[in-house]
Amino acid sequence: MKGIMNTLFGKKNRSRTISFSLVILVYIVIEILMHAIRMPRLFTSLLVPVCCYIIVALALNLVVGFSGELSLGHAGFMAIGAFTAVAVSGLSASAVPNGMLRLFLSVVAGCIVSGLFGLLISVPVLKLSGDYLAIVTLAFGQIIKSLINNMFLGFDKNGLHFSFVTNEVSLENGKMLLSGPMGATDTAKISNFTTGIILILITLFIIYSLINSKYGRTIMAARDNRIAAESIGVDISRTKTLAFVISAALAGMAGALYALNYSTLQPSKFDFNTSILILVYVVFGGLGNINGTIISTTLLYVLPEMLRSLQDYRMLIYAVVLIVVMQLTNSSRIRRFADRITDLFRKKGEE
Amino acid sequence: MANPVLEVKNLGIDFGGLTAVNNLNMEVYEGEIVGLIGPNGAGKTTVFNLLTKVYDPSRGSILLDGKDIARMTTVDVNKAGIARTFQNIRLFGKISVIDNVKTGMNNHHAYSVADAIFHTKKRNESEKRITEKAEELLKIFNLYDSRDIEADSLPYGAQRRLEIARALATEPKLLLLDEPAAGMNPQETDELMNTIRFVRDKFAISILLIEHDMSLVMNICERIYVLNYGTLLAKGSPDEIKNNEKVIKAYLGD
Ligand SMILES: Nc1ncnc2c1ncn2[C@@H]1O[C@H](COP(=O)(O)OP(=O)(O)OP(=O)(O)O)[C@@H](O)[C@H]1O
Ligand SMILES: [Mg+2]
Repeated sequence: MKGIMNTLFGKKNRSRTISFSLVILVYIVIEILMHAIRMPRLFTSLLVPVCCYIIVALALNLVVGFSGELSLGHAGFMAIGAFTAVAVSGLSASAVPNGMLRLFLSVVAGCIVSGLFGLLISVPVLKLSGDYLAIVTLAFGQIIKSLINNMFLGFDKNGLHFSFVTNEVSLENGKMLLSGPMGATDTAKISNFTTGIILILITLFIIYSLINSKYGRTIMAARDNRIAAESIGVDISRTKTLAFVISAALAGMAGALYALNYSTLQPSKFDFNTSILILVYVVFGGLGNINGTIISTTLLYVLPEMLRSLQDYRMLIYAVVLIVVMQLTNSSRIRRFADRITDLFRKKGEE
Repeated sequence: MANPVLEVKNLGIDFGGLTAVNNLNMEVYEGEIVGLIGPNGAGKTTVFNLLTKVYDPSRGSILLDGKDIARMTTVDVNKAGIARTFQNIRLFGKISVIDNVKTGMNNHHAYSVADAIFHTKKRNESEKRITEKAEELLKIFNLYDSRDIEADSLPYGAQRRLEIARALATEPKLLLLDEPAAGMNPQETDELMNTIRFVRDKFAISILLIEHDMSLVMNICERIYVLNYGTLLAKGSPDEIKNNEKVIKAYLGD
C-alpha cells in the first residue's frame, strides 16, 4: 500500500498522477453529461479541437519549458500532420473502410512525417547555440503554409495526380485531396472526443516517461547550464534535437486529429497566429508545468468561444481570465497548497 | 613513480594580444592529489578550461593516459576521463539535487528512447542502478537529506559539494576542482579535505585542484604547481613551495 501511494503521490510522480486523473475525470463527466442531457452544439463542437490544442501545447512545452528553446512554428508541424492525415485517410478510404483503423493509420502517418520534418530542420540549427531555432521555425511555419496553399493533389483510377501553384489536376471521376488555398475538402470526419482523450493520454505518457528518464535529465541539464552539461558528457545538440523531434511528431499528431474532425480545412488555419496562440497557452500555463498547460489551454481556448454571446465584454473577460490563469499556474502559494493536499493523501497511505 | 595520468606539454593560449597561459609543462600521476596555485589572474582557471577543451589551446599538447586529447570536444574529454567543477558554481539549478548527480551517469548506463517510453526492464534496471549510485554519492557528500530539493535552493557550501558529486558520477580518472573550498567556513573546509582524500582512495582517481586556502593546499596536496602571469613559477612538495623565495615574492607582490 505504501509503495503504491508513493508511486502515485511521491514528490516526483505527483504531477503525473494529477494529469492522468484530471483528464480521465473530465472525460467521464463530459461523457455522462452528453448522455444525460442534450449538450449544445457549441459545446460539443469544441471538444475535439480542445484535445488537439492540449496535445500541441504539451508538445510545445517540451521544447520551450523543458528544453529551453523557442519554437515559433508549431502550427507548421500541425499543418504537416493535418494534411498528411487527410491524404492518407482519403487514399485509404476504400482499402480500409473501418474508420477507427483509418484514423489510427492517418494519425501515425501525420506523426511520422511531421517528426521527420522536425528532424530535418532541427539537426542543422541545433548545432548552433543561440536563438536560431526561433528564427528558423518562424520561417518554417510560413513556408509550410505557403507550400500547402499551392498544392493540388487528387487521385482517380489512373493513380495520383499532383500539380503546384496552378491547378492542372483533371480527374476522371476521382477525388481531390488538396485543392490549394481551399485546402482539404470533403474529408471523412473520423475523429471523435474519445480518440482525442486517448491521444492526450498517450501524449502525457510519452512526455512523462521521457522526463523521468536519463533523456529528460539531459534535456533539462542542457537547458539549465550548457557548459556544465558538456563537462559531464552531455551532447547538447543531440539532446535538444531529441526533444524537438518528439515535440514535432506530437504536434503532427494533434494536427492529424484536428483535420479529421472537419470535412473542410484550409491551410491558412495553421498560420503564424496559431503558433503564437499555442505559445501563449504554454507560457500562461507555466514553463515546464504540464498540468498548468492542460488547464490554461482548455480555459483560453474554450472561453473566447463561450463568450461570443457577450459581444463587447468578451475580450474584457478574456483578459481578466488570462491574468487569473497566470496567477494560478505560476503562483508558488497555489502550488504549495496543491502539494499539501497530495501530501495528505500520501500520509493516509503510509498510516 | 607510476604512469602519469595527465601530461601537459608546452601548453599555451592567447586571447587576442593577451597570453593567458604559456609554455606550461605539468604531470599528474596515478592516485595523486596535486595543487595548482597562483595569484589572482595567474591563469589557473584558464588551464582547467584548456584541459576540458572549453578553450582550444593555441599551442601544446594534453595527454590523458598517453592519448592526445587536445583536439577533442568537451564532451569527448569527459568521456575520456576528465571531470571538473567550476569556480563560479554551475549546477543544473531547476532540477533536483539527486537528478544533478544522475545526469552525470548519462554515458555509463545505456538505454534507448524507446526503452524510456515503454518502461522496459532494461530501463528500469538501469534507473535502479543509477539511483543507487547517486544515493551513495550523495551520502558521501552529506547531501542525501536534500536529494529532492532544487539544486538552486541549496546553501553555498552544499552546492560546491554537489558539483564534486556530479563530476564523480561521470567516473573520471582525473578530477579537476576549481576552488572547492571557496566560501566555506573552516569546519566545512576540514570536512571537505577529508572527503577529497576519501574519494581519491575510494574511486582510485587523481585530483588536480586550484585553491587559495593555503592551509588546505599544504595539507592535502602531495605536489604543487605555482602559476604566475600564465607561466610556471615553481613546482615541488608543499614544504619546498612554502620556502620558495620566488613564490613568496609573487604572493606578497614586489
Ligand atoms: N575568455 C577570455 N577572454 C579573454 N581573456 C581571458 C579569458 N579567460 C581568461 N582571460 C584572462 O586570462 C587571465 C587569467 O584568468 P584566469 O581566470 O585563468 O585566472 P585565475 O588564475 O583563475 O584567477 P582567480 O584566482 O582570480 O580565479 C586573466 O587576465 C583573464 O582576464
Ligand atoms: Mg580562477
